[in-house]
Amino acid sequence: MTDKWNITLRIYRQKENEAPHFDNFSMEVDPDEYVLDAVERAWAFHDRSICFRHACHHSTCGACGMRVNGTEKLSCITSIRDVTRDGATLKVEPLRNFPVVSDLAVDMGFFYRKMELAGARPVLPVPEAEIEHPPAEWDADDTQYIRLSDCIECGLCMSACPIMATTPEYLGPAPLAAAQDNGLKRKPELLSLVDAEDGVWRCHSVFECTAVCPSFVDPARRIMDLRKQVVGARLSKLFGKA
Amino acid sequence: MNTTRNQPSARKFWSWFIPIGRQVGGWAFALNRITALGLTLYLFLHLIVLGLLAQGPGAYDKFLVLTENPFIKLGEWLVVVAAILHGLNGIRIVLTSFGVGVVRQRQLFYGFMIVAVFAILIFTARMY
Repeated sequence: MTDKWNITLRIYRQKENEAPHFDNFSMEVDPDEYVLDAVERAWAFHDRSICFRHACHHSTCGACGMRVNGTEKLSCITSIRDVTRDGATLKVEPLRNFPVVSDLAVDMGFFYRKMELAGARPVLPVPEAEIEHPPAEWDADDTQYIRLSDCIECGLCMSACPIMATTPEYLGPAPLAAAQDNGLKRKPELLSLVDAEDGVWRCHSVFECTAVCPSFVDPARRIMDLRKQVVGARLSKLFGKA
Repeated sequence: MNTTRNQPSARKFWSWFIPIGRQVGGWAFALNRITALGLTLYLFLHLIVLGLLAQGPGAYDKFLVLTENPFIKLGEWLVVVAAILHGLNGIRIVLTSFGVGVVRQRQLFYGFMIVAVFAILIFTARMY
């Protein structure tokens, strides 16, 4: 028999020129359903004006990022059982650090522009991808294959980063990770972008980006690696090797 | 579109100190800021106290009598505790910044905090 829980779904509401508030929806859920299912049920059976972003429902599109009980989650892969309990509240809010368009939907525009600045690659050649057990040598044939980049541009890391909250000019975890993925040797023009006041040195090693990343991009590790690349590039310039 | 409420802003610095929804790295970050503020406050107080020397030995001696006050003792204890926590947390950040233990930063934090607890206990035993 399927387990059933009664929960109160508490949804952040904010329409244009309205003060933000929360609306509560009591509902019966299967705890193994996902948070996005509960939000969709509130929309379908209670209030058709609830605004939220979603598309693929399997953590590929990165559209349904939101804060679930205070923590950034991809709501399509976050099971209700993992974030609340029977009879308790499940609070969903929009991502931090993004302007709210309506309710849970935020404007991701500035984030996508930063990703573009960092030269984010949606796909990359297989030998350049970080895979768990790469072969010692790639066949020449393998270089023709490409794979999707790990980063799904969901913006969870931008929301979780406390430095992002106070410094809008900061490039942010995902764009810096994208720059690291490119590599300063392959794209030396990125050096001036990342070796700047609001670039790689603005990171305060909070590691919240890595903690919330649903796609194992590990932005914090990439930022630390990018710092090494920056120092290497500067030293090479200093000694005239570049 | 509401373009102000959810935007990044320097005025949101208070959010650095809210642990809700944060994980180990966030707690370490908040701890470093709180201890840094405490140590900065101590530095100012320390300079003010040193400034008493300019008023002659009498003024400084009067302050030294005050240091026996249990609240001042507690303040001194807090300064040392803050220094231990901030220093060890700082070493963790230096290590990860140089690429050491980046993927083990949580364990590094727990390890340094265990060392901090021992150091605080030893200091407390010697102080009282």
